[in-house]
Amino acid sequence: MTMIQAINSAMDVMMARDPAMIVMGEDVGFFGGVFRATAGLQAKYGKTRVFDTPITECGIIGVAVGMGAYGLRPVPEIQFADYIYPALDQLVSEAARLRYRSAGEFTAPLTVRSPFGGGIFGGQTHSQSPEGIFTHVSGVKTVIPATPYDAKGLLIASIEDNDPVLFFEPKRIYNGPFDGHWDRPAQNWSKHPGGAVPEGYYRIELGKANIVRAGDAVTILAYGTMVHVCAAVVEDSGVDAEIIDLRTLVPLDIETIEASVKKTGRCMIVHEATRTGGFGAELSALVQERCFYHLEAPIARVTGFDTPYPHSLEWAYFPGPVRIGEALKTLMKDA
Amino acid sequence: MERCVASDHPRSNLQPLTLHVPEPRFRPGDEADFVAVEVPAAGLSRRPDTAEPAADFHDLSYGLIRVLDDANQAVGAWDPKLSPDLMRRMLRSMVLLRAFDERMFRAQRQGKTSFYMKATGEEAVAVAAAHALDYEDMCFPSYRQQGLLIARNWSLVDMMNQIYSNSADRLQGKQLPIMYSVREAGFFSISGNLTTQYPQAVGWAMASAAKGDTRIAAVWCGEGSTAEGDFHSACTFASVYRAPVIMNVVNNQWAISSFSGFAGAEATTFAARAIGYGIAGLRVDGNDALAVYAATQWAAERARTNQGPTLIEHFTYRAEGHSTSDDPSQYRSANEATAWPLGDPIKRLKDHLVACREWDEAAHAAQDRECAEQVKAAQKEAEKNGILGHGLHQPLDTLFDGVFEEMPWHLREQQAQMLAEETASGRPWDRKA
Repeated sequence: MTMIQAINSAMDVMMARDPAMIVMGEDVGFFGGVFRATAGLQAKYGKTRVFDTPITECGIIGVAVGMGAYGLRPVPEIQFADYIYPALDQLVSEAARLRYRSAGEFTAPLTVRSPFGGGIFGGQTHSQSPEGIFTHVSGVKTVIPATPYDAKGLLIASIEDNDPVLFFEPKRIYNGPFDGHWDRPAQNWSKHPGGAVPEGYYRIELGKANIVRAGDAVTILAYGTMVHVCAAVVEDSGVDAEIIDLRTLVPLDIETIEASVKKTGRCMIVHEATRTGGFGAELSALVQERCFYHLEAPIARVTGFDTPYPHSLEWAYFPGPVRIGEALKTLMKDA
Repeated sequence: MERCVASDHPRSNLQPLTLHVPEPRFRPGDEADFVAVEVPAAGLSRRPDTAEPAADFHDLSYGLIRVLDDANQAVGAWDPKLSPDLMRRMLRSMVLLRAFDERMFRAQRQGKTSFYMKATGEEAVAVAAAHALDYEDMCFPSYRQQGLLIARNWSLVDMMNQIYSNSADRLQGKQLPIMYSVREAGFFSISGNLTTQYPQAVGWAMASAAKGDTRIAAVWCGEGSTAEGDFHSACTFASVYRAPVIMNVVNNQWAISSFSGFAGAEATTFAARAIGYGIAGLRVDGNDALAVYAATQWAAERARTNQGPTLIEHFTYRAEGHSTSDDPSQYRSANEATAWPLGDPIKRLKDHLVACREWDEAAHAAQDRECAEQVKAAQKEAEKNGILGHGLHQPLDTLFDGVFEEMPWHLREQQAQMLAEETASGRPWDRKA
C-alpha cells in the first residue's frame, strides 16, 4: 500500500470496529479528500459518519471537541498543517485541557489528521512542520509516521487513544519514500519493506520508537520524511550510524534514545521544522541531561532554517543529503 | 515610467475620512437615563409556528418579546401559561442564586477564595432557561450561568467546594473558582477562553442528531464575546447541519469596561445576526422570566422536531461589576442599574405572582431569609473542607493527574522530582497514600 492507502485503510478498519468514530473535514466526504485519504469512506459508512465541513478550522476542531464530549470518537482532518492555526485555541485551550480542567468528567478523544512537511514545492503555506508548537502543549500527543505500515498501525492506535492526538502525515512520502535526491526519479512504496501493509486490524503502540538501522558510531534522531533522507545519507557515507525513527514525539521513547546515545557517544537530530524552539531543541536538551558523560562531541542539529518556507529555494532550505552529509562529517571528524 | 496615482484624479471636494470609535452614552459622573432604549409594550410580538423558515424572523430579531406587562400581568401570544407552582420554583431558584452570589462575593472579600463573578440582574436568563429545558439536555455555559446549576438543584456545597478549591473540590483544585464542571447535571466544563463552548455545543448537538438521540444542546455567551471567531464558525455549523441547539446571547450591555457598541450593537441587534446565517432569531426581555422561559421552550421544540437551531438574544443589564477584580464605577454611570428600564427579574416575577394572588410580600420575605439561611448553612458545610487561604487541600502529586488518561514517563519523572524536592525541603504538604 501507499501511505495514503494505509491511512485510508486504518480509518476503514476503525469505522467498521467502532460505531462512535466519525470523519469530518474540508472535502473529505463525497470527494474523498484532496489527497484521497478518505476516498470511499462516505459511500461505505454514510453521510452522518463521514461528511464535508464548512471551511473553518476553529469550527472543525471545536465541533469535534463537542462530539467527543457527547461520546463520539471524531477524526477531523485539517487539509494542510499550515492551516491548523485558526484551530489553535480549540486545540490548546480546549482539547488539550478538557480532561485536566474537568478532572476527567469530560475528555476529547480526537485524532486530528493533517498533512505536513515540505519537499513538494508547496511554498510558504503548504510545507510547514508545526509539530514543535504542539509538543509544547501539555495534554496532546504528537505522532508522525514514516512508512505506510507505521502510518496504519499508529493511526489505529491514535484513534483508539482516549487523549487528543495530532497525527501529522508527511505528504512528501504519501506515494513513495523520498531520500532527498529530488533530481532522481521518484520511488514508490511497492519496493520498500514499509509498504507491506496488512489488510486488517493491527496497532503500533504510541511512545515506541523504531530503530531503522542499528549502528555503533553515531545516533541519528529523525521522524517523517527525514528518516528516509538520513538513511540514504548514511548509506552513502559509510558511517555506521544508528537511525532512530521517533514515530511519536509526545510521549517520547526516551529509553531507546538514551540507550543508543550511551552506546554511540554521538547524536545528530534532523527535522524539517525551523530550528529555534523546534522539537530538536527538546531532544538535544534531553540527550545532554541524560547522556552528558557519554557524549564525545557536541550534539548536532540539522533543521530547516529560521525563515518561512521558500518556494524556488526549496532545496536550499530542505535539510537534504548535502546538509545532512556535511553535518555528519563534522560530527564524526575526530572519531 | 510614469506612475498613475490616485492624486491624479480630481477629488478636491472630499472631506477627510473619519474613524468612528463607539462611546457609551454615560460615563462616571453622568446621570444615566435610558429613554433611547426602545422598550415595546409586553404582549405585542407574534409567536410563530416552530417550523417557520428562518428568513421570516426579521421582526422577532429586531423586536423584543415581553410577557410581563407594567401591571404585572402575563400577556400576549408568548405567555407560557405556567402553573403557579412552576413560577414559584423559578422564583425560588432566582432568589437562591442571588443569595449565593452575595455570600460568595463576600467570601472573596474576606479572603476565603481568590475570585468570584456574580450574575446579579441576569438571574432569569439562566434560571428560566433551565426550567424550560429537559434535565438531560446538555448546557454549555459561560461563567455567568451558575443559575443553571442552582435551577437544576445541584448541591450548593459542591459548588462552594469548587470556589474554595478545597479538599472536596470535584475539580481537585485545578480550576479557577466558578469554572464549574458537572457532567451529571448536564453542565459542561467551563473554560476561561471565551466562546470556545459555542462550536462545542453545536458539535454535541450534531452528535446527538447523528446518533438519533432526542437530547438537544444549549449554549450561552455574552454579547461581547459574539465578536470571537468561534461564534461565527458555530453559527455556520449550526445552520449548515441544522443542529438541534439553542444559542443564547446574554446581552447585558457590558463586556468588562466595553459597552455593547464594541461588539456591534450600535448598528444592529445580536438576535439579528441569526438572519444572515439562516437561523431563527428571537430577541427577548432577559429580565422577564416568563419571556425567557417561553422563548427557550419554543426553541427547544424547534430543535427537538428537527427544525434546526435558534439564536436568542437576552436583552438585560449587568447590574454589578464584571468580577471581584472589577470596579465599574471607573467606566460607567453609578445609577445605570437602577435606571435600567427592564427592571429587576426577581421583583418582576414576584410582583406577577403577587398580582395573581399566588404569593405575597410576607412569603417572599420569608423565602429571602430561608434562601440566605440555606446558603449560609451550605457555606458552613463547605468550609469544613477548607478554604483557599488555608494552604493546599489536594495531595501535591495530584497536580500531575489527568493531563493524559495514563501518565507518561516525563510527567512521572517530574512528579517524582517534585516530591523528592518537597520531601527534602521538609514542607508539610499532604501526599497521596
